[in-house]
Amino acid sequence: MNKDEYNKLVKRLTPKENKTKNAIIAFLTGGFIGAFAEILSMVIMSCFAISKVEAYQWTCLIVIFMACLFTCFNFFDNLVTKAKAGLILPTTGFAHSVMSSALDYKRDGLITGVGANFFKLAGSVILYGIVSGFFFALLGVMIYG
Amino acid sequence: MASFQFSNVYIKDSFTIAGPLESEGQIHKFDLTMDDYYYHEKTFLSAEIKMQKVVVDNLLYRNKLNQKIDLLIGGDLSNQLTITNFAMKDFSIPFLGVYNACATFAESLAIASTFIEAGFIKNAIVITSSHNLNAERQFRFPIEYGAPRAKTTTFTATGAVGALLTNVPSSIKIESATIGKIEDYDQKDATHMGAVMTPAAVSVLMDHLKDLKRTVDDYDVILTGDLGEIGTEIFKEFLKINYNIKIKNHIDAGCEIFLKSQEVYSGSSGPVTLPLVLFNKILKNKKYKKILLIATGSLHSKDTTNQKKTIPSIAHAISLEVLT
Repeated sequence: MNKDEYNKLVKRLTPKENKTKNAIIAFLTGGFIGAFAEILSMVIMSCFAISKVEAYQWTCLIVIFMACLFTCFNFFDNLVTKAKAGLILPTTGFAHSVMSSALDYKRDGLITGVGANFFKLAGSVILYGIVSGFFFALLGVMIYG
Repeated sequence: MASFQFSNVYIKDSFTIAGPLESEGQIHKFDLTMDDYYYHEKTFLSAEIKMQKVVVDNLLYRNKLNQKIDLLIGGDLSNQLTITNFAMKDFSIPFLGVYNACATFAESLAIASTFIEAGFIKNAIVITSSHNLNAERQFRFPIEYGAPRAKTTTFTATGAVGALLTNVPSSIKIESATIGKIEDYDQKDATHMGAVMTPAAVSVLMDHLKDLKRTVDDYDVILTGDLGEIGTEIFKEFLKINYNIKIKNHIDAGCEIFLKSQEVYSGSSGPVTLPLVLFNKILKNKKYKKILLIATGSLHSKDTTNQKKTIPSIAHAISLEVLT
């Protein structure tokens, strides 16, 4: 059996991911997070009589805090594994990635451990977020002046 | 030819520690089980070091050896073999550290058996361990990170296993060993280690049978470790297509530790998987008299995976005879 034939054998016997099922789960959980945040921001707006922009900022902070707290409580990783993109794409995914890295390296020192590894997973999001932000801003200026 | 037959190497005793999830799985006969992954230490690294120390301490105490061991051979999954090196520093015993990923235990058995057979030493302890959370951190993601996992992923077992080998006859004889070659079939997926390691398992099995002029039916059981469920299917299909061998007496250690309900995807992996199943299931079952172990190891690191290199694998075969 040569390498190509072996590759075909492996492909034949490897179960495929159910992409439709994953997409539906991600849609529902991601949608749940969105709906929850929307309701939360409405509650904040009416309770504290603040503007929509300010309420959204507070909501974002609360969602991030909850994702970090639940990561520390040791059950959020199981939820992320099940919900997949539904919890990874919203800001909860970012919060979860930095918090899990921080927890993992807490015994390795503040500089060489937590500091050096805090953005281990989220670093790519920040870097390419800034890069794409720059280009989209450039595009926006070119189109709309 | 890399097969050797031994006439006076025996396994006198063994000691196994299993992690919290492992002890709730299919096997309940471990010597010691851990309540939590920290094992009363501050870090998982220290926990695994302690696990290895406890295993060696127990083997020495149970056999009244008082450090009178000629050689210690062992290894684990960690970079620079940190865990085994740190665990063994408290024992004043000559030490060899070895690494073949999940084939480390078979590699240690082969080396120790050769020393004993040659008459250079009278006894030796071989040891290996793995800790799910140490492996996750080194090979995959931070521990608390909930990454989505492919169905082919295997779950690194937590545990430590040691065996005491001597030249004094006892009920388990190490009969032969075949040293495997590194095989690379262009597999790049580190989450599909069954596919990576199957060619090495097949290669060493065929070498073993050819060198010693045997067939698969000469053994009561062929125990591979740790191809996992999907890897087992590939292994069987590979043997059928290439060598027209229909293997009936095969058990994969990766499928024998956890229950389906424990959500470990394709099964268990890690260097302790094979010895945990061997000492707590196979050798406790009286119907298996002739046993062939094929321990398989995937020789990748996080860097080679990131740099999209193909993953080499290795396997070694050890045959055991149960005498009584």
